[in-house]
Amino acid sequence: MEDKVNKTDQTDGKRASTLVNNVLLPALAVFTGLLAGAVIIAITNVATLTAWSHFFQSPLNALSATWSAVATAYGALFLGAIGNPKEIVAAFQNYFATGQTGQLYKAIYPFTESLVTSTPYIFAGLSVALGFRCGLFNIGAEGQFYVGALGSCFIGYSITTLPWFIHLPLALLGGALAGAIWGAIPGYLKAKFGAHEVVNTIMMNYIAILLTDWLLEGPMKASGYRPVTPTIQTTAQLPRFFPAPLRFNWGFFLGLAVAALVYWFLFKTTLGFEIRAVGSNPNAAKYAGMSILKNFVLVMGLCGALAGLAGASEVLGADLWIGQGFSAGYGFDSIALALLGNSHPVGVVLAALLFGILRFGATSMQSLAGIPIDIISVIQSLIIIFVAAPEIIRWLYRLRNIRVERTVLTRGWGQ
Amino acid sequence: MTIILELRGITKAFPGVLANDHIDLQLEEGQILALLGENGAGKTTLMNILYGLYKPDEGEILIRGQKAEIHGPNDAIARGIGMVHQHFMLIPVMTVTENVMLGVEPTRNGIILDKSKAAARIREISEQYGLEVDPDTYIKDLPVGIQQRVEIIKVLYRNADILVLDEPTAVLTPQEVESLFKILKTLIARGKSIIFITHKLKEVMEIADRITVLRLGRTVGTVLPNEVNPEKLATMMVGHEVNLVVHKNPAQPKEVVLEVKDLYVRDERKNLTVNGISFEVRKGEVLGMAGVQGNGQTELVYALTGLLPFEKGEIRLFGKALHQPTPRQILEQGVAHIPEDRQKHGLIMNFPLYDNFVLCNYYLPPFAKGIELQQSVIIANGDNLIKQFDVRTPSSSVAASTLSGGNQQKVIVGREFSRPIQLLIASQPTRGLDVGSIEYIHNRIIDKRDAGTAVLVVSSELDEIMALSDRIAVMYRGQIMEIVEADKASKEYVGLLMAGIHPTEAQKAAAEAEKATEVERVF
Repeated sequence: MEDKVNKTDQTDGKRASTLVNNVLLPALAVFTGLLAGAVIIAITNVATLTAWSHFFQSPLNALSATWSAVATAYGALFLGAIGNPKEIVAAFQNYFATGQTGQLYKAIYPFTESLVTSTPYIFAGLSVALGFRCGLFNIGAEGQFYVGALGSCFIGYSITTLPWFIHLPLALLGGALAGAIWGAIPGYLKAKFGAHEVVNTIMMNYIAILLTDWLLEGPMKASGYRPVTPTIQTTAQLPRFFPAPLRFNWGFFLGLAVAALVYWFLFKTTLGFEIRAVGSNPNAAKYAGMSILKNFVLVMGLCGALAGLAGASEVLGADLWIGQGFSAGYGFDSIALALLGNSHPVGVVLAALLFGILRFGATSMQSLAGIPIDIISVIQSLIIIFVAAPEIIRWLYRLRNIRVERTVLTRGWGQ
Repeated sequence: MTIILELRGITKAFPGVLANDHIDLQLEEGQILALLGENGAGKTTLMNILYGLYKPDEGEILIRGQKAEIHGPNDAIARGIGMVHQHFMLIPVMTVTENVMLGVEPTRNGIILDKSKAAARIREISEQYGLEVDPDTYIKDLPVGIQQRVEIIKVLYRNADILVLDEPTAVLTPQEVESLFKILKTLIARGKSIIFITHKLKEVMEIADRITVLRLGRTVGTVLPNEVNPEKLATMMVGHEVNLVVHKNPAQPKEVVLEVKDLYVRDERKNLTVNGISFEVRKGEVLGMAGVQGNGQTELVYALTGLLPFEKGEIRLFGKALHQPTPRQILEQGVAHIPEDRQKHGLIMNFPLYDNFVLCNYYLPPFAKGIELQQSVIIANGDNLIKQFDVRTPSSSVAASTLSGGNQQKVIVGREFSRPIQLLIASQPTRGLDVGSIEYIHNRIIDKRDAGTAVLVVSSELDEIMALSDRIAVMYRGQIMEIVEADKASKEYVGLLMAGIHPTEAQKAAAEAEKATEVERVF
């Protein structure tokens, strides 16, 4: 009898702590990040500062100026990223009444475009998360993103005679393969020579970015003055659901499918079991007969393939060609995103959606409210600080301290 | 005699466990109180409460008759309580002085460190209590036994009157234990009071003035050493009569399973630690590899299990020579390995138990179909092994880190024994375990032997070697001193070999004669 009571106690406690750690803490980190962002918006706003300098004459004025600055900024962010709810409802009513699509497309443009922005984040976030699970710190997602994009772009524009059902998969595969090679090189260097993957993936990033610059100026340059590649063939495009300018395409759903695949791979297969074992305790993994070196190469290759797919999805789905500064930091953001998502595929997808919304909403925040786009980077960074130091959140919100094993992210130098 | 420390009705509950249930305890001034109990009996929790690391749910602490509120280690230190932890808290690249003064650094003019003042104080303490520690040596150059003395100095330096030693002998050689005991006696002679936490019955009998026994978070009783014998204490600890001697039939050795010829192994620092070793293990016998720790046993086992490459020589398994095999190649030939360090090699602490149970065969049917894990089979296997190997846990889905040491070891034993095995290599199989778990694991090993498995037991516990082995090989400085038949060797004889001394013919004869009359006692 007593045993039974204890048992339910323990499992309840475990479930509660898992919930707190995996859901509540990241959610509170996002909330706190936005709150801190609000403070920064307020103190960088000239009107607000002026109002505060007259605080003792008219305190209400100062508060309302602050409120209006923050509300305008976040309002614009929300409208820019999701759209105006009223307009969306009206557009749907209009569509069902008249069958006209123009108003509908306009209304859903912001939200679908946020999803388009999320798509490469999903792939790249999965890449970093997979590395974390094996105890590897893949800082090279950015470089793998570039070479993945280059690979699929080349296949996309250079081959002209294939039907889409061969051309598109081939282009995606080319991107994944290019990324895989780019990731496997540092993996092999680590396995063979013990070179730390953090250093080598950073170096591979430089090579990839400069390689891109050279290719855009030379071998892959389209005719004309600008250093850009030719546009890919329509047969290599990820099909879009709506006419231009809406760019929402299959890539998003491909990302969800790959996330599900990564989940299955990590938690339901023998290979995933090995990867998690190596990541949690390489000594025990070796004792149990697993090859640590094989797993390092395999995982870095898979990380590269996923980040390569991120580049592929961007070029085949959204941009259709590559220009300089093509990535806009997707690879680096995805490190933060994997942390926020607790290195779990579901968490990564949710974090990718959030980052997509923030990134795309930021553009309209800049144009509508005059808030610099960089504020979003600040907010993202704050969120990551709160995720990386959960004790701050526990202390701020007086959360009961339930200790659980944290997911192993990566170990120190020289391991 | 005055009571310097008293705990009254201390109760502490963790989710699902009542770690301390109204524990009472009294420490008299100038005495050694042994706190005896199995792993998981609540000893460490109780001491952490005393040291202010946990807050008790109920109960009070009295120091010299006065109620004391202890909210953290600083409070405890201020009240004269000092803790010597099982795992030393020392910085290897710093000197003894630097380590001792860390946190209470004496200064000149408030900013300049006054090392010589601290060093002088350490010399004084060292002399006063016979500790013989040179303040200017680096920690990394000191043997474990001396490092422990540095920990004791740290506590005395902070003017502690009550010393708590948590399993202090777990890391020591028999000689070091002896000198530790000498030090403890000096300490009490000079008026200090000591709480000595242990689960080793022999030590308790030797050193304690009084013994308080804990079981399952409760005080079983407090006794004087001259009122009890080890058997009685063991019964108090585990709650049932314990079989102190492993009953086993004579071995029936058959064909050779493992043959090692002139093996040389270098450790990870490239030092040659195994220096030309040859032996063989046969089906149905236990070969005990005795020796003080650090004489190459670890590297020998690593080489045999594929964790370290060997320099030269030959390892033959079932007659076939192995050429730098991988751990998996060895495992797949039916070799089970109980590793020396269960947390380093044996378990993945954040994995659930059912995953730890299939750590070596997760990729084989029925646990996997192709590359897909069969989760339900893995969980059923875990639930089954928990019952079969008596692992105390609410379910097989909890992380290995939540179990006590003894139960973690049972998980490893369960995993290794559940595979079809021909050769068992067990390294320190019962280190740090309580009597109940030791008895259990020893019996399982003998069962395996009787079922025809070849067994190599590597242990630095002489008692364990004597209890399990059919033949005993003694390792010293990377070589085998001698391999003797267990029924012809006395403990003293093996002890001499462990110390690197070849017994004379006379000693040999005496040992055999003594063995014939010796009543074997394991504890």
